[in-house]
Amino acid sequence: MADEVILLDFWPSPFGLRARIAMAEKGVEYDYRDENLREKGPLLLKSNPVHKKIPVLIHNGKPVCESLIIVQYIDEVWNDKPLFSKDPYETAKARFWADFVDKKIYDCGTRIWKNKGEAQDQAKKEFIDCLKLLEGELAEKSYFGGDTLGYVDVALIPFACWFYSYETEGKFSIEEDCPKIMAWVKRCMEKESVSKTLAEPQKVYEFVGVLKKMYGIE
Amino acid sequence: MADEVILLGFWPSPFGMRTRVALAEKGVVYEYKEEDLQDKSPLLLKSNPIHKEIPVLNHNGKPICESLIIVQYIDEVWNDKSPLLPKYSYERAHARFWADFADKKISDYGSRILWKKGEEQEEGKKGFLDCLKLLEGELGEKPYFGGESLGLVDVAFLPFSCWFYSFETCGNFSVEKECPKIIAWVERCKEKESVSKSLQDPQKIYEYVAVLKKRFGVE
Repeated sequence: MADEVILLDFWPSPFGLRARIAMAEKGVEYDYRDENLREKGPLLLKSNPVHKKIPVLIHNGKPVCESLIIVQYIDEVWNDKPLFSKDPYETAKARFWADFVDKKIYDCGTRIWKNKGEAQDQAKKEFIDCLKLLEGELAEKSYFGGDTLGYVDVALIPFACWFYSYETEGKFSIEEDCPKIMAWVKRCMEKESVSKTLAEPQKVYEFVGVLKKMYGIE
Repeated sequence: MADEVILLGFWPSPFGMRTRVALAEKGVVYEYKEEDLQDKSPLLLKSNPIHKEIPVLNHNGKPICESLIIVQYIDEVWNDKSPLLPKYSYERAHARFWADFADKKISDYGSRILWKKGEEQEEGKKGFLDCLKLLEGELGEKPYFGGESLGLVDVAFLPFSCWFYSFETCGNFSVEKECPKIIAWVERCKEKESVSKSLQDPQKIYEYVAVLKKRFGVE
């Protein structure tokens, strides 16, 4: 019996993109459904009653919520091309850095486009500091997962389509401050699972413009 | 060759207590090192240079940080007894979801109850009790969140129970009255030695909160 896989998502969401990239890596066929976050559909509200957020993966009628939990689930169910090492210590390290991305990158990035002046400068500084720490973790590896995409790559790469927005709003260049991260982004983009999945940076920037208008930000 | 297992912790931390419950469930022998958070040890700063926080588990010289990551590591390495995560992927995702829920919500609302007053405190109380009611729903008729034995969600949530007395006293409410199933679950868990030997005395936690309030000049 064929699997029924539905992804409830929102096109620019870096969290939703994680699930999309993981499934592309694994060659999983799924039904993508874009949600209107201002008018959430009954399936979303029923599938994620606690947080009412995307992404939600619904696998044969069973919902899985929270992007990193979804990615781990995808990795366990469609277990060829594993995203994790077999070694528990390496797995713990990967979980640590994905958690770091989760705690820091989205928050700093959002603060860059939502703020001006000193608050924005502070956000930019923290953002670059975080990327530099990630560069340290990447070191000489092609990907955070080693020779292939791993859990941390999947956790971080979706933010790459938001980099243009952060740079334009914050008037800085990620390439200038963190060239190794940009080299890693380019390397990831050579993979179809990434290049065919990531949203277009220009479209994301236009979406940020819409958000700013909505929040009454200049 | 015997394992060298060191846990860097701070006695009232619910995050550190998670790790202690997990190690006790697995029967792991380890050395506990109490950190002075106002004068962090070189070992802590070297082991967790990113966050500089406890708990940190040092296993044969390799550091693992972040309490839920440590608990999952313990479960994977000492996998001969007391599995904390279910066997099947969907149930595992389900357990991770509720452990993450406890992580994100309980500490945040609890802090508001302890440190805020007036409307902010009331919001904290309401949020805290709403979360506990959701957790009661998830527990259902099971003895533990893990089913017949302790699981990831039990380990994630239990340590907050020794802070309940502090929340109740500062917030002027009763967890037992609002969420009796949660209290029944706490009592059930405390019948296990791995729990009763790892959790702190609620009265000592409350005295610690009083010390912190004095230090930060909070009424």
